[in-house]
Amino acid sequence: MITIIDYGMGNLGSIHNMIKKIGFQSEITDNAERIRAASKIILPGVGAFDKAMSNLENLNLIELIRQKATAKTPLLGICLGMQLLANGSEEGVLPGLGLIPGKVKQFVLSSGYKVPHMGWNTVDYEQESPLFEGFERFEEARFYFVHSYHFVCDDERHILGRTDYGAAFTSAVQSAQVYGVQFHPEKSHKFGMQLLKNFIELV
Amino acid sequence: MLSTRVIPVLLLRNKGLVKTTRFDKSKYIGDPINAVKLFNDKEVDELVFLDIDAGKQNRKPDFDLIKNIASECFMPLGYGGGITEYEDIAKLFAIGVEKVIINSAALQDLQLVSQASKVFGDQSIVVSVDVQKNLWGKHQIYSHAKIKHQRSDLIGYIQEAQNAGAGEIIINAVDQDGIMQGYDLVLIQEVAAATRVPVVACGGAGTLADLQKAVAVGASGVAAGSLFIYHGPHKAVLINYPTQQQLKELLQ
Repeated sequence: MITIIDYGMGNLGSIHNMIKKIGFQSEITDNAERIRAASKIILPGVGAFDKAMSNLENLNLIELIRQKATAKTPLLGICLGMQLLANGSEEGVLPGLGLIPGKVKQFVLSSGYKVPHMGWNTVDYEQESPLFEGFERFEEARFYFVHSYHFVCDDERHILGRTDYGAAFTSAVQSAQVYGVQFHPEKSHKFGMQLLKNFIELV
Repeated sequence: MLSTRVIPVLLLRNKGLVKTTRFDKSKYIGDPINAVKLFNDKEVDELVFLDIDAGKQNRKPDFDLIKNIASECFMPLGYGGGITEYEDIAKLFAIGVEKVIINSAALQDLQLVSQASKVFGDQSIVVSVDVQKNLWGKHQIYSHAKIKHQRSDLIGYIQEAQNAGAGEIIINAVDQDGIMQGYDLVLIQEVAAATRVPVVACGGAGTLADLQKAVAVGASGVAAGSLFIYHGPHKAVLINYPTQQQLKELLQ
């Protein structure tokens, strides 16, 4: 089962419905047993870093998510969910999941660029990944972003994609079967559907 | 990337979708969730819902309905109607709305706009202004019956809203609403020239060429109801939206 982790950080309905639209079933749950049994895990979320980590802690999900990642269950972090994959964030004091070495930093932008970075933007693919398979059929794929912090990888090899907003920032990451995207596939219609389909079809 | 946004605006009344003419004579169009699903298939880049009764009836936004709509939206969603306090705005973001549209509450006091834009970022706070021509043909703010001592100086108000933290201004031309005879281009030009934040034109679009005209006079986004809801001379209800190719040819 494709399991969407519900830990009180936003409306997860559109992810669930988009997966249904592309022909798959998913469940939204905070139940550890269901998450343990998951074949794919989606970690979404909007809001503050520390609130998210403490919600996961209270639900006893932090170790479980790490175990699932070590056991190579494909995991996709979306928006704040991607940022939680890092070791920590300038937004808070709590440690992150530490699944992809790096730190989440606040945007420092030149004048004319506002925070949050909000709106449609494109992704430059830094390396080949099954997550972005089939995107060559689009003339110009674009994704919807809303965020004030961005992921900075310790190891460049984990950078899947970059996006330009005044300067280039990391908008997609991957380490083994752990993936993260800063944008919202569930709000990026056909482009998001392609990405979620790619994730779901990972082996 | 196509930088002009082309935005369907859908009006909510009694949990259904309606379309008005000059803010009056509402006609039932269909079910909002159904419409969202159709617009998903059309790959629309942004959708706006306005509850046209919430303010008049002094009630809160219908959070359950909006949550259902947000759950079905595979594109960013803007919502306006019945927003009077900070808690309404926080709740709308929590249930999956990307942009909150404030109209009469901003007319009463721009404090709400500043407060919300400080917390959520001004890109997510939109001020919508309804505009009508007075007897002498001068543009002024449409008078909402329930607001006391309402101001009418349009440009001054819009600039204050912008300074208070509105990240975007929707200009709704009441006289053009539902008529499908083109935007009020003079109005759009006047407002766009006086503001630094994006201006979204709304009211009057009847053809795709109308969208182009509004962009030519300075609109950053073009919104429409009837154009994307009706089809043909008899105004049969048919959800429609131009293809990306059509939009590119038209607006780039």
